[in-house]
Amino acid sequence: MIRSNYYTFKILRYDAKDPLREPYFQSYHVKVVSGLTVLSVLNRIRDEIDGTLAFRASCRSAICGSCAMVINGKIDLACRTQVATFESDTVILEPLPNFEVMRDLVVDMTPFWEMYEQVQPYLIRESAVPEKEIYQSEKDRKKIDQFVNCILCACCYGACPVIADEPGYLGPAAAAKLERFILDSRDERPADSLESVNTPKGVWACRTVFRCIDACPKDVRPTDAIVNLRKNLVKNRFNMILGSKKK
Amino acid sequence: MLYHDILVVGGGLTGLRAAVGLCDHYNVGLVSKVYPVRSHSIAAQGGINAALTNNPESKDDSWEKHTFDTIKGSDYLGDQNAIEIMCKEAIKIVYEMEHWGCPFSRFPDGTIAQRPFGGAGYPRTCYSADLTGHSLLNTLYERAVAKGVKIYPEWFVAALCVEDGQCHGIIAQDTHTGAYVPVSAKCTFFGTGGYGRVYQHSTNALINTGSGIGMAYKAGVPLKDMEFVQFHPTSLIGTNILMTEGCRGEGGYLINNKGERFMKNYVPHFMELAPRDIVSRSIQTEINEGRGFEHPLGKYIQLDLRHLGKEKILDRLPGIRHICIDFIGIDPILEPIPIMPSQHYSMGGIDVNERAASEAKGFYAGGECSCVSVHGANRLGGNSLLETIVFGKLAAKAILEDLEKQDLKPNEKALLALKDSVMKKIHRLTQPGGERPYTITTELGEVMNDKVGIFRTKSELAEALEKVIELKDRYKNVSVSSAVLHMNYELQSAIELEFMLDCAHAITLGALLREESRGAHYRLDFAKRDDESWLKHTIARIGPDGDPVISYKDVVITRYQPMERKY
Repeated sequence: MIRSNYYTFKILRYDAKDPLREPYFQSYHVKVVSGLTVLSVLNRIRDEIDGTLAFRASCRSAICGSCAMVINGKIDLACRTQVATFESDTVILEPLPNFEVMRDLVVDMTPFWEMYEQVQPYLIRESAVPEKEIYQSEKDRKKIDQFVNCILCACCYGACPVIADEPGYLGPAAAAKLERFILDSRDERPADSLESVNTPKGVWACRTVFRCIDACPKDVRPTDAIVNLRKNLVKNRFNMILGSKKK
Repeated sequence: MLYHDILVVGGGLTGLRAAVGLCDHYNVGLVSKVYPVRSHSIAAQGGINAALTNNPESKDDSWEKHTFDTIKGSDYLGDQNAIEIMCKEAIKIVYEMEHWGCPFSRFPDGTIAQRPFGGAGYPRTCYSADLTGHSLLNTLYERAVAKGVKIYPEWFVAALCVEDGQCHGIIAQDTHTGAYVPVSAKCTFFGTGGYGRVYQHSTNALINTGSGIGMAYKAGVPLKDMEFVQFHPTSLIGTNILMTEGCRGEGGYLINNKGERFMKNYVPHFMELAPRDIVSRSIQTEINEGRGFEHPLGKYIQLDLRHLGKEKILDRLPGIRHICIDFIGIDPILEPIPIMPSQHYSMGGIDVNERAASEAKGFYAGGECSCVSVHGANRLGGNSLLETIVFGKLAAKAILEDLEKQDLKPNEKALLALKDSVMKKIHRLTQPGGERPYTITTELGEVMNDKVGIFRTKSELAEALEKVIELKDRYKNVSVSSAVLHMNYELQSAIELEFMLDCAHAITLGALLREESRGAHYRLDFAKRDDESWLKHTIARIGPDGDPVISYKDVVITRYQPMERKY
């Protein structure tokens, strides 16, 4: 429900290139109609009111993952959040937590991509390349469904309490990406490739508090991935010991 | 100055595929104004065409039949040699993407699933639920990460350097620091996407400004067939978010306010699966003649999926359902989706040949920013994802061959001079007191929407042209709020606005001059196709005053003589 014709948007402003100036909230009064999204309000503010406002946006249909931010205390994509869903006519916008702010709502995503790259986020094959497709049953394809849906928006990374305490933690999205390949019937990575996440800052750092699942706009469950990766690590360890006994 | 042997601009499917094909041989840099996975390729939903014959109903399909469907769909404006290459290559490309990990949906026998799409004689559209672009783009990005492609994310390109018929590189900005840097390269490949944002109602991402097309034009590279603009039949009312053709491919109905499947009155044989230009005109006609539905966000037609059942919708169209729930509060399992046609795709673009090469030595382009032409006057659904990957791959091959034959030496002086002119332009745009860019962007979108849309007439096109010229004039007095260079998105928009205006000018002038109806270009005052006078490509080249000068070029016809396009 639209609560009034004009809403107040309080947006956290900061510029890392001007560090002497403390972060501050700036208020904008914007006329709203039913069906308007937070992203369309942001666009209007930048176009018509304050051209200096910095935020990321691209697809405006919740598939590109650009516009993750904190909206009235909840992490979500600005493009898929309807202004009318809030209890009040004030909307507070802050940058995604667990990242350095570069300017206003734009954060430095570098650590997120570093973790992504660390898990070898690509299909690894040993077998010869077939002439046609590598067969995959419908059932096997379904197994990777939810992890394939990840749009790398970093909502989960921003919501994760472990990252706040332990910089350098792998984080939920990278774990979900790794699990996407582990579960893929076509992937043939060696079992020891999981060792890169078998560290105190890898999958063992997760405290399974499920904030990532709450924050995900695409119904991905990164905690499931982490729990499963742990199981695989234990299983591999067990196999290794059994294997060495045989010798 | 930065140096690369080869520079790729654009982190979408075509740019990534080109970079992956080149990085083992040369020092490649890929510049993208967003993180590559944010590129607009991500938003493609329905699928990618290839005659794999996996569907039990497509056992007789072949790349030749795919070629014919594409030529007919193009209303015979597509170059047949290029279309043959693309459709033959399609099969290899889809298998290659699968081998690289693309999570295609599957048939019960474990092969890649294929669904029917508009204008195709067989179900040949390979898909990954309704997130095919997302799946393909992630796969190619993963491949680029695996191969260690050097990527400059969130680097914005402001100008292309072409002098004496040769391309020398670009002027780019690291948006994080604000620094403008000339980047020298022997070869430059553009995969910069379409110009959808020139229109008020578009399915396209906000980043689709057509800046790459405008930049090439400014640098003297000609554009081709810009008047051919695709309007997708089914976009969600209000936001104009794409509702994939896969909705109809899976069996969805289009319904008017009489409760009729009105496509039976237009194309009874193909019904909802006629090509896009025809379905869009049919929907618009229903709305114009009072058989649409009323909504505060505009008049609409219903896209009804309910009879497909919950299971099929959840399995094949989960993304569509998600979008409908998030953006309009409708669950398509329970209610029809309110849709309207809106701008979707640019058939026209930078004039390149079947090797993705432009007339400027060392400058290549692929994907939506280019015009090979494989889509002619109307693109078939499922052929754009195909084009991006095929011509990314073929461009890489062409660049390797060309550099093998002749090593190119970029002219650094030309790059430095171009950087000066970019800095001068920025200096002008950051002087206070001028008109803010958004007013011009808004008026441009409105006039293109109202007067260069699905149905066109001479008088409206002439009015639109006059308006575009007025807006170009007003642009000379545009200024932005702040002179800060880093992450100044308003300044970026102001720079891109100039390129948008150039695109709009070429589209409108081409449409005004083309006195016939062909594919997506429909003139109410010239309702017939006229092969005698108009079976030719429109070429728009920048003139001395900055305005486009129009000439024409023959269509390549190999095996298929133009026939009446009947469905």
